[in-house]
Amino acid sequence: MTAAPMLEVRRISKSFGRTAVLRDVSVALPAGCITAVIGPNGSGKTTLNKILLGLVRPNHGHVLLNHQQVTGSDTYRARIGYMPQAPRFPEHLAARDVLQLVSSLRPHAPHMTLEQLIDAFDLASFVSRPLGVCSGGQRQRVNAAVALIFEPDVLILDEPTAGLDPVSSASLKDRIIAERAKGRAILITSHVLSELEELADDIVFLLDGTVRYCGSQSALRASTGGLSLERSIGALMQSSSIAIAPDTHRTPLHGTRTDEAHV
Amino acid sequence: MNSDRVADRVLSVPSRETFSPGMIGARPVTPHFTLIAAVLRAQVAEIARNRWVLAYALVLAVLTEALYQLGGSAPRALSGLLNVVLLLVPLVTTVFGVVYWHTSREFTELLLAQPVPRRALWCGLYLGLATPLVAAFALGITLPLVLHRAVTPDVLPLLLSYLLAGSALTLSFAAIAMWIGAAQDDRLKALGLALAVWFITTVVYDGLVIWLATAYSDWPLEKPMLGFMFANPVDLARTGLMLRLDSAALMGYTGAVLSNVLGGPRGLFLSSLGLVFWIVLPAIAAARAFARKDF
Repeated sequence: MTAAPMLEVRRISKSFGRTAVLRDVSVALPAGCITAVIGPNGSGKTTLNKILLGLVRPNHGHVLLNHQQVTGSDTYRARIGYMPQAPRFPEHLAARDVLQLVSSLRPHAPHMTLEQLIDAFDLASFVSRPLGVCSGGQRQRVNAAVALIFEPDVLILDEPTAGLDPVSSASLKDRIIAERAKGRAILITSHVLSELEELADDIVFLLDGTVRYCGSQSALRASTGGLSLERSIGALMQSSSIAIAPDTHRTPLHGTRTDEAHV
Repeated sequence: MNSDRVADRVLSVPSRETFSPGMIGARPVTPHFTLIAAVLRAQVAEIARNRWVLAYALVLAVLTEALYQLGGSAPRALSGLLNVVLLLVPLVTTVFGVVYWHTSREFTELLLAQPVPRRALWCGLYLGLATPLVAAFALGITLPLVLHRAVTPDVLPLLLSYLLAGSALTLSFAAIAMWIGAAQDDRLKALGLALAVWFITTVVYDGLVIWLATAYSDWPLEKPMLGFMFANPVDLARTGLMLRLDSAALMGYTGAVLSNVLGGPRGLFLSSLGLVFWIVLPAIAAARAFARKDF
């Protein structure tokens, strides 16, 4: 049996010119777990996502998939589904064209027929309409479909519910939870902390390009006296050093998990 | 029924080998040609409906029609189009290419997040940018002449020379635009760079060559001038067309020198070879910049 796939960055550093964006960052995405990456603007979340996807090359460190180094490779992305924030699709192409294009670029065919896809992502009303005249919510649904239809082992979701109406947002969150149940490793970045509180098992808190906390959400909240995730993160940012109680209920993340926060 | 097969039918995706979980280093086989063709098809479908590309074709058609009406014949219309081709094609291609690069950057990132080698993706994007522009150029200058039934056998070689020169300039400046796009993330700076490249290659360069020729008129300058001509794709295109037109009145200085030194088939061959070089060189540079770029 194949070992559970897991995407990981190990001791990653990245600078753009003189600006160090990530410094010695190690994060692992275990299978069957939703990991939320949280941090203020400029903390390095987007760069971390892009390094995981191979869009940005790290100055130091490695990207590993299932413990095999994949830095600089392109084929490993066949096992990743990516949902970028607020996608700008070509305005004259229809959702159908985009799905067909992405299908052509993947080594295996989608796991649904177009009809199933239309039903699953509620695309029926606009699947043949140019995306330039579709609403932001409709484009976001196409975005979700692109990420999910190939049943990838790893999902990287950047602000997945941005622009969605409450019904579509709830539906997408249900789908993300279902994907976790299938054993996918899922990374989410979002500014909506209530959403992450609902979804995330693990939290990675980035500040100034370094990991200030990497551990379970429950341990983080317990350490701040059972506060909400938002208040716990606020406490993390304010505090110079918070000792997080070890989370004995979960298996530590591969290699880099800290059950103590380093602030 | 196997859902993959149904999906293949419905989405018109050719069946492919299933990805093996252990397979990381080797591509599980989507041939580069298939990847390039898929990106090219989507790019062409998008850009061919772009209103600026349609306007470009329309402007060229209107100019060709107007020059045909004024000159009364296809060769005269094409002679009048010489500087339009030499100025407009690089300008539209470079500016549109840079603007389109930045407009479509987020979608490019989505494509880069798929298991696609960057060089294959670049080829699809480049050909997808250049093909509709070449088609717009070809349609713009050909359609009015065809409608007037002016494309006779004696006009055809001249028309083909225009089509080849315009296509070569489009391919060259599309590669330059993608090079600029990959090198400069700031949209305004990239646009400024595109305009600077256009202005230097179409206007400044000939002025510089004329100044050199005047300043060093006592020296034998034919060979250095040949070098200067090959250093600019616009001059090469001008020379190629000029040799076809045999029209000294429309020559730049560099074209005049090349005409004297390399008149005839040899000059035509060498200027064509130079244009191929000016397509390949920026294409290689742009593909390398794209492959190494942090998105």
